Amino acid sequence: MSKKHQTPLLDELKKGAFPSFVTEIEKAAVHSDMSADLLGQVELSYREKVTHWKHGGIVGVRGYGGGVIGRYSDIPDKFPSVAHFHTVRINSPSGFYYKADSLKEICDLWDKYGSGLTNVHGSTGDLVMLGCRTEVLEPFFAEITSRGWDLGGSGSAMRTPSCCLGQSRCEWANIDTMGITNDITQHYQDEMHRPAFPYKFKFKAAGCPVDCIASIARADMSIIGTWKGDIQINQAEVKNYAAKMDIQKEVIDMCPTECMAWDGKELKINNEECNRCMHCIARLTKALRPGKEKGATLLLGSKAPIVTGALMSWVIVPFIKMEPPYEEFYELIDKIWEWWDENGKNRERIGELIERTGFPRFLKEVGLTPSAAMVKVPRRDPFFFWSEEDVQK
Amino acid sequence: MDKEEVKKLVYALVEQSTGKKKLKSSDIVKKIAADHDGVEKDDVKAALRDLVDAGTLIYTYFGGSFIEIPPKE
Repeated sequence: MSKKHQTPLLDELKKGAFPSFVTEIEKAAVHSDMSADLLGQVELSYREKVTHWKHGGIVGVRGYGGGVIGRYSDIPDKFPSVAHFHTVRINSPSGFYYKADSLKEICDLWDKYGSGLTNVHGSTGDLVMLGCRTEVLEPFFAEITSRGWDLGGSGSAMRTPSCCLGQSRCEWANIDTMGITNDITQHYQDEMHRPAFPYKFKFKAAGCPVDCIASIARADMSIIGTWKGDIQINQAEVKNYAAKMDIQKEVIDMCPTECMAWDGKELKINNEECNRCMHCIARLTKALRPGKEKGATLLLGSKAPIVTGALMSWVIVPFIKMEPPYEEFYELIDKIWEWWDENGKNRERIGELIERTGFPRFLKEVGLTPSAAMVKVPRRDPFFFWSEEDVQK
Repeated sequence: MDKEEVKKLVYALVEQSTGKKKLKSSDIVKKIAADHDGVEKDDVKAALRDLVDAGTLIYTYFGGSFIEIPPKE
């Protein structure tokens, strides 16, 4: 079948060992004029080195302020099938588990209403349905909600929370990440669908400090499973490992806080110095296990470089029990959001607000007790400013 | 103040701002709660919710999420 648009630059992207998005869009273009025009417009953008998408506007479904990202071509006369090319975000299930039937269902619906192109998953974690016209938004929304799906978050709202697969498949998970993610989603339905924040807010839950979901770099609020108490050691298993690996070189010398010792017979850990890097537990899986008291460390503030530079999260609560109904957790989140709402500028993420106003002020006004675990970069700032209250003490 | 009156205040505020300044949901909540004794933030949020559900007001996105009057067809 002949191509609707010639795409010599895009064709270059089909070469090489890896799958190509161009190849996939071409497959869709056989039965979707939207995909055919998409190829034409993207080719033109590559040639002119300028985007031809306009973003934002008034599109959405009634009652919701999020879940639909408006996108329009600025040259609709040339590419009429992508004059509207809105993105719809669908809330993903915790841990990204699907039945094959569910995926077939959502793909069939998108073939019916949209371009047939998807992105699974977007960086926030939603199922991303790429490309549809304004008039299909309401019927598509009605159809997916009737089948138990819902839209995800977008705009100045809580975004679809996401998590690692946690206790469903990982022995190191210290918290029920999937349960927490589902609970946050249900608890904050209004905050997700009715944008009321200065800017976006993302939750990600990781079961242990390995942080497979990279929450420390990608979520305004990172919930990372951890433990209290000593790492549990099975010395007999340590000896088994010693027979097949160099424990000194591969474990002891790799410990970032140098809190471990191995004399060839017994492994010792100075648990007070452990910073939960997980390296030893990951290397000596059968011999070491996290401490018995499980909970989470809460970190706040990370974000990608949009508007201002990238930030990593830092500790605001060193240890919190994360068990239903999560009352202490939600109480804290509500206080943080209230403070952000009172003090944040338009398009200012919570991490940026804390950087602007200062961490001590945040702690004081949200009611958190400072602790050494909150120090992000030791000795970065040589000055300490006493407050009047401190001097009076 | 009953909910219908709060809804009128919300709509009037958005209408006055149209073409001058885009209002975020939190701008509306703070302004009305501050200007009217006895109106709590939660009252304004509930009124706003009703207005959006009815399609009287809509959310828009222009680099951030705002509340606006829908364009006339």
